[in-house]
Amino acid sequence: MPDPRFKVLTSASTSGPGDAGRTGSWRVERPVIDMSSCIPAKTGKHACHLCWLLCPDNVVSKEIEPAIDLEYCKGCGICAQECPVQAISMVPDADFLEGADSE
Amino acid sequence: MSNPIIESGNVAAAMAVQLARAEVIAAYPITPQTPVTEKLSELIAAGKMDAEYVAVESEHSAMAVCIGAASAGVRAFTATSSNGLLYMSEQLHWAAGARLPIVMCVVNRAIGAPWSVWNDHQDAISQRDTGWIQIFAKDHQEIVDMTLKAFRLAELVHIPVMVNYDGYYLSHTYMPFEPPDAEHVDAFLPAYTYKHALTPERPESLNTVTLPDARLDVDGIKRGGYMDIRHNLHEEMGKSIEVWEEIDQEFQALFGRGGHPVIDPYRCDDADVVIVAMGSMANQFRVVVDRLRQNDGLKVGILALQMYRPFPSAIIAEALQSARHVMVYEKGLSYGNQGALYGDIKSALYPYPARPRLHNFIAGLGGRAIPTESLYQTMKTACEQDLQTPSAQADAPQWIGLQL
Amino acid sequence: MQSATEQIIQIRWHGRGGQGAITAAKVVAEAAFRSGYGGVVMAPTFGTERRGAPVTTSLKISHSKIYDLSPITTPDIVVVLDHMILHEVDVTAGLKPGGWIILNTPRPVEKHLFPGYRTAVADVTRLGVEAGLRKGIVNTGIIGALGRASGLIDIEALADNIAVEFAGRKPDANAMAARLVYDATLMFDNMGGSTDA
Repeated sequence: MPDPRFKVLTSASTSGPGDAGRTGSWRVERPVIDMSSCIPAKTGKHACHLCWLLCPDNVVSKEIEPAIDLEYCKGCGICAQECPVQAISMVPDADFLEGADSE
Repeated sequence: MSNPIIESGNVAAAMAVQLARAEVIAAYPITPQTPVTEKLSELIAAGKMDAEYVAVESEHSAMAVCIGAASAGVRAFTATSSNGLLYMSEQLHWAAGARLPIVMCVVNRAIGAPWSVWNDHQDAISQRDTGWIQIFAKDHQEIVDMTLKAFRLAELVHIPVMVNYDGYYLSHTYMPFEPPDAEHVDAFLPAYTYKHALTPERPESLNTVTLPDARLDVDGIKRGGYMDIRHNLHEEMGKSIEVWEEIDQEFQALFGRGGHPVIDPYRCDDADVVIVAMGSMANQFRVVVDRLRQNDGLKVGILALQMYRPFPSAIIAEALQSARHVMVYEKGLSYGNQGALYGDIKSALYPYPARPRLHNFIAGLGGRAIPTESLYQTMKTACEQDLQTPSAQADAPQWIGLQL
Repeated sequence: MQSATEQIIQIRWHGRGGQGAITAAKVVAEAAFRSGYGGVVMAPTFGTERRGAPVTTSLKISHSKIYDLSPITTPDIVVVLDHMILHEVDVTAGLKPGGWIILNTPRPVEKHLFPGYRTAVADVTRLGVEAGLRKGIVNTGIIGALGRASGLIDIEALADNIAVEFAGRKPDANAMAARLVYDATLMFDNMGGSTDA
């Protein structure tokens, strides 16, 4: 055990959204889930959840319809790469700005 | 107490690591370190040591394995020399920044190019700014005792410790020493526990991208940014000197040896001229000091420096307050400037009222012999001439034993 | 305070890589230490050694702790494990006047006269075989000649330490080799003295 006179400051913290700051501001593209293909959403069962497991910032919820916390999602695209049914697409964030052209 | 035995310095180090019950050894062989890790692998293979020996493909990986082991709350050890130490340099900084209590023996050897397997201190000196604690042993007993104390220190202050001893002069030389008994070592060195030890039950992020500014973590606790963490490392390295002294007292109470954990002065009390050196050369100077006093009536002493980082500036400066001349002999330097130790001592003396005249000698690079006779002669000459030497000239390092 | 260097007995061993000079020096170091010499330091050649090539090992013995670990340059005694080394190396280099040359040779002592030095010879190779060792094992036998000529350490202490060091590797034969050599060693004082057999 460390000597009580020593603080031993390290960069060690509970993993979770926000652990590395407000990483949502880093994002260029955001993940959008097509719930008609997503395995848990389609089957109504807790299955797959690979996006939840592999998200480096823990911003994907482990729900029947997975939700992404955009406050902290940095847009890395790992979830889209790993989704076994290609239900997640990366869409330019600019498209969601108010006044952006929509189809 | 156990009986003294006669063995090599490398075996002495391995025995200490065995007694310390290190749990993971990861090392890559390099002369003159190789026999340490060979001995440890034999001990593990023979079931005399309950540890995992991880054979790695490089020193970089050796340190990476130790970092992983220490992060999982396991006592880790490695050893290396020379270019091997440099190859793990990036990981050395990492281990210190992550505050992992790894202990490493560095069997000091010159750095290539040109290739050399022989002794000097440039390997350790080149890594002085990594944030590792660096201590230097002068004989086999100190190798054993310092290695055991290094584990205790590392785990109390959570800073990795490098135990340095001279290649060949100590590593391959046999002399008597007393191995401490296991029961007392267990009392002295409790098991290592780490509050951030990796476990699936309590996942944590360790040393991920850490922003310039402090921040609130997911639990709303304020966490330091990079600079705060590094400032703490610096502050607590400085405070480690005191802990090292306390550990030495505990060790002395249990084993009856110690008393000079930071500096080890010999005949310095009334000395006009104090020699400063690290490692086995400091012991060699005891013979030179005796001769200078006996034959030449010169009041000379030798101050062995046992701890190089953190640099014990105040302790050294105070020890040199009554000296008129200080002769710093070293086996490494900051190229283009001066001896690294010399520069440190000069800067340590700056805030103090008495600033003795300083002289710098570079000796024994790449195993160039350091005959005791030549140390005696250079000291004698320096003592006779020093007042006449202009200070700018005296400040430049003098190289001993050049052959070209 | 007397200078420590003057009280140190310096023994330089000349052998070939793989011949066991280091082990022999270690046995003598142990025996010296157990016999009351508080300071013993044994150092092989710093650097690289090659099987079959001439190598040296240094042994320093003193009543007090030895602080000077620099290699031996002015030995009091040189121990030569194989007389053929005399053709390759000047074993007397730095040897103090009147110093001992302890030599394994099948030839008579008169063939190995070194002016200004003392010589002790024995056919250690033959005596090793007589003691039950494989031909060519000479590192334990020659310890007997060193003990006889130098008078530094009692032969029983030497033989005991040989048996300990060689536990599991013919300890009795190795110790016997040293005893046989001790008895058979012939000494010649080429300082103008006489032989002692």
